[in-house]
Amino acid sequence: MQSTKKDPTPSASAMPDISHYDISHYKVMPKRHYRRFIAAALIVLAIGGLLRAFANGNIEWQFVGQFLTSQAILWGLWNTVLMSILAMALGVVLGVIFAVMRMSKNPVLRYTASGYIWFFRGTPVILQLLLWFNLALVFPTIGIPGLFEARTVDVMTPFAAALLGLGINQGAYTAEVVRAGLLSVDNGQYEAAKSIGMTRIRSLRRIVLPQAMRVIIPPIGNEFISMIKMTSLASVILYSEILHNAQNIYYANARVMELLIVAGIWYIVVVTVLSIGQSRLERHFARGSRDSA
Amino acid sequence: MRPIVVGQAVTKRFGDFVALKEIDIEVENGEVLCIIGPSGSGKSTLLRCINQLEKIDGGGLWVDGELTGYRIVGDKLHELDDNQIARQRLATGMVFQRFNLFPHMTALENVIEGPIQVLRRAPKESRDHAMELLGRVGLAHKADAYPIELSGGQQQRVAIARALAMRPRLMLFDEPTSALDPELVGEVLQVMRDLARSGMSMIVVTHELGFAREVANRVVFMDAGQIVETGAPEDILMNPRNERTQSFISAVLN
Ligand SMILES: Nc1ncnc2c1ncn2[C@@H]1O[C@H](COP(=O)(O)OP(=O)(O)OP(=O)(O)O)[C@@H](O)[C@H]1O
Ligand SMILES: [Mg+2]
Repeated sequence: MQSTKKDPTPSASAMPDISHYDISHYKVMPKRHYRRFIAAALIVLAIGGLLRAFANGNIEWQFVGQFLTSQAILWGLWNTVLMSILAMALGVVLGVIFAVMRMSKNPVLRYTASGYIWFFRGTPVILQLLLWFNLALVFPTIGIPGLFEARTVDVMTPFAAALLGLGINQGAYTAEVVRAGLLSVDNGQYEAAKSIGMTRIRSLRRIVLPQAMRVIIPPIGNEFISMIKMTSLASVILYSEILHNAQNIYYANARVMELLIVAGIWYIVVVTVLSIGQSRLERHFARGSRDSA
Repeated sequence: MRPIVVGQAVTKRFGDFVALKEIDIEVENGEVLCIIGPSGSGKSTLLRCINQLEKIDGGGLWVDGELTGYRIVGDKLHELDDNQIARQRLATGMVFQRFNLFPHMTALENVIEGPIQVLRRAPKESRDHAMELLGRVGLAHKADAYPIELSGGQQQRVAIARALAMRPRLMLFDEPTSALDPELVGEVLQVMRDLARSGMSMIVVTHELGFAREVANRVVFMDAGQIVETGAPEDILMNPRNERTQSFISAVLN
């Protein structure tokens, strides 16, 4: 420890004699964590029991290994990942647009954004998916009159309906996350950006959004993880994501548990990879902040 | 030469509260004008109106010969849009009390941001000019430091370089040293002194009466949204005529 005394060279006589306080000859006995030890032992026992049950239970583990890399499962995995990324991308783009609209001075833009958020947060995703998929019931053809037209059933494939349903719904949630991020940036940053001649859009893109990212990314990462699992809802509109394909297989061979485990393993793998990506991204946007070291 | 700033009956209200009451002001090209006055007297508001961070409610403001915020067409005033106001702001640089550096960019990136993104200058040219400016404020060796790694005085000097990188015709300073520890005030004032000597037009809101006396060509005393007294630094600071100015100055000095 550094001395904080004002006088840099205290004379020897001024130092008090404290040698009889010396405790360096005692032996240190570490604190015993009995309760922690008991708790840990109980948990290890419980996990061991669970593993044993699954190992001895009526699960054919070789089926799990076999189906893990089967073509239908990998195809479903690819569809799940693709849909998650595309729907999330759409959600983020819409979220940024509607967050900026919601903070605009123009009341028409503001109310439009509020209405969008209100509607899509207010209805279940599965209902929105079914609405998009069955759009042909109310609009047999879609397009711009005179320019192009198409039969709705041809356009609203399971893929298109899932993308629209999941992406637009995600946008409503992302808009609120982005808005919170924008509000977290100090007003002085907008003013400094203006003072070097930036327009509002440019200052958002160059100055405010990059700083808001620090606040935005953790909840968006969270939403991305739910999105991966939410794609399974698209099985109701026949989109071939991983759970849908796993179900198709077990309808045929009755290996229900094994195929659910296969799907579960892949979900966990994807989410793990995503979490690693998220912490990389967080480090990138922490540039110049207190916890960037 | 035409004046760099002309304000005619400039009025600014916040709700019912009148922050600026029909202010008339003229600043010559190359002049250093210091504004002093008690808290809440409207000093910041005046600077912010000149830079169009606030929109005035009455009167007219000209910067470098151009009417701010409007285009005159016949007998009508057309409001300018966001892009046009951004372009008008290029004539002025602003230095804030709390620096407002962009925290996610290094000192150098802060300085080249405007030239590259707004003025569309070539990166190489912007970088060279930025390094020259950082050198001028004594921070060439800190070019790659993030704002958080800089002291307050260093941050404020980078902020001055950032404003100068846009080659403004007028620099506005809003209490540039009042967020600084006393021992850091001097380095920022020195940079401003050099800038004044180089012939830059400057409007400086400050409580540093010593600086005002040494550097200013003219001092303005504001109170309650009005300009109470204007004159040479010696006159305003040493023998103010108005009694509000007198009591303010004696309060600051003690
Ligand atoms: N955005 C605003 N909304 C409402 N009132 C405001 C706003 N900005 C400033 N004011 C008011 O206008 C008056 C002038 O404020 P201004 O910031 O110009 O004072 P100042 O002279 O710079 O004071 P200080 O020395 O404390 O910085 C103050 O009474 C303030 O409360
Ligand atoms: Mg002020």
